[in-house]
Amino acid sequence: MTNLSRRKLITTGIAAAAGVSGLAVAARLAQKYGLVPPDHGGIYGLGETLTYASQRLLTRHSLAREFPKSQISERPVPNEIAPLSDAYKRLHAGGFADWRLSIDGLVDRPATFSLAQLKSYPSRSQITQLACEEGWSYIAEWIGVPLHHVLDLVGVHSQAKYVVYFSIEPDWWESIDMADALHPQTFLAYGMNGNELPVANGGPLRLRLPRQLGYKSVKFITKLTVTDNLKSFGKGLGSAAPEGGYAWYAGI
Amino acid sequence: MGDSLSIPTSASALPATTVTSRHSALVRVTHWITTLCFFALLVSGIELVISYPRFYWGETGNVLTPTLFKIPIPSSRALVPTGYKYVLPDQNGWSRYLHFQSAWILVLTGLLYAIALFFSGHLRKNLLPSKSDLSWRALSTEIYEHLRFKRPSPAEAWSYNTLQRLAYLFVIFVLFPLVIWTGLAMSLSFVSAFPATVTLLGGQQSARTLHFFVSVALLLFLLVHVFEVFLAGFISRMRAMITGKVNTPMERP
Repeated sequence: MTNLSRRKLITTGIAAAAGVSGLAVAARLAQKYGLVPPDHGGIYGLGETLTYASQRLLTRHSLAREFPKSQISERPVPNEIAPLSDAYKRLHAGGFADWRLSIDGLVDRPATFSLAQLKSYPSRSQITQLACEEGWSYIAEWIGVPLHHVLDLVGVHSQAKYVVYFSIEPDWWESIDMADALHPQTFLAYGMNGNELPVANGGPLRLRLPRQLGYKSVKFITKLTVTDNLKSFGKGLGSAAPEGGYAWYAGI
Repeated sequence: MGDSLSIPTSASALPATTVTSRHSALVRVTHWITTLCFFALLVSGIELVISYPRFYWGETGNVLTPTLFKIPIPSSRALVPTGYKYVLPDQNGWSRYLHFQSAWILVLTGLLYAIALFFSGHLRKNLLPSKSDLSWRALSTEIYEHLRFKRPSPAEAWSYNTLQRLAYLFVIFVLFPLVIWTGLAMSLSFVSAFPATVTLLGGQQSARTLHFFVSVALLLFLLVHVFEVFLAGFISRMRAMITGKVNTPMERP
């Protein structure tokens, strides 16, 4: 072995070792600062983690773009969903008077709210875009109570990391990190364009998350669970989306 | 890095059929990573278009609004009326995962290439055309020869010709930055922090439409590029880009 190739071998070895330990340190740091998404396993874990980590670092507090009233879409897309469950139809028939939102998990005071209660809290509105991962989009005015207001009422524990939210429709649930849960534009939305939220758009209650794609804005919300670990929910991938092959984080 | 990227430029004559280095290791490795990523982006991108083969201009667009244009293909989603009686299987989940992962690898590879491009002299030596090559006379001769599909002279195995240089510069400094920009402009979260990325393009749907057109331009470049490789000699050019070596049956230019 010549001197040159030995030197090359040693430098390559050192560089590789530095690279691997650098990656290990980066992984530890990312874990510590909550920059690793729950669906980080598998062959697409690298891309997912890079996207989630970089967007978390760049956009933790940034606000989704809001539009003037003149830009509200004439007709919000009533994208059809499968026939609604009997449980939903019963509540619908009763004018949603018996609709309840329950909150449990890492909170001081687990509670249940009626729509009337939610509407009694200071309401906020935002004119934001709903974009579907398919490629279409519309702009609407969303009216509701910021999620952080309700979380404050029940007292979220300091170790909380995620809020998991469930639709009344079976197998329809998602989760978000606390940065999104406490974000001022994350709403429990019950109104649209000055009216009640239509059934086709998720009425009577939809989680509205304007910095992520439409599939994270789950319709017909009845339950929230605050947690520090997503492993015990479903298949442990974070939400229903990764179980169906879709990314948990949908900011892109 | 400087040494590894440099290409022999001395005017000394070498004996016939000598084997000398043509492309540096960095150029070769980044070239093939880019190739792999580009194919992954292309396949997943086509899949994503199939889920909604309609394009718009402005902020919003959906089945209730007029389109800029439609691609007359069946769709993988039932929501969009295509005129076809069937719906293709949904492929968006893995397509989106693959699209963003390939984009990340491509962007990081491109950054490495761009840094090396400036610091190694590769840009000045191999990509920027000389003033004399940019004269109308020289350019028109070259365009004429390209249009006749004339096989390049063996001397061209040593350097890029002017049209090639201009095409590469356009891809590196115009198309790639544009495809990254228009891609990021579709990200709801990214534009929340950097709204100008999307407003400058005229809206989120405009960004999607532009992303599509820039991708088509990149695909056209790829097709011409591969065609030219065949024209120049598939074996010798592939060998140069894989091993870095070329056989020179002549004096080096």
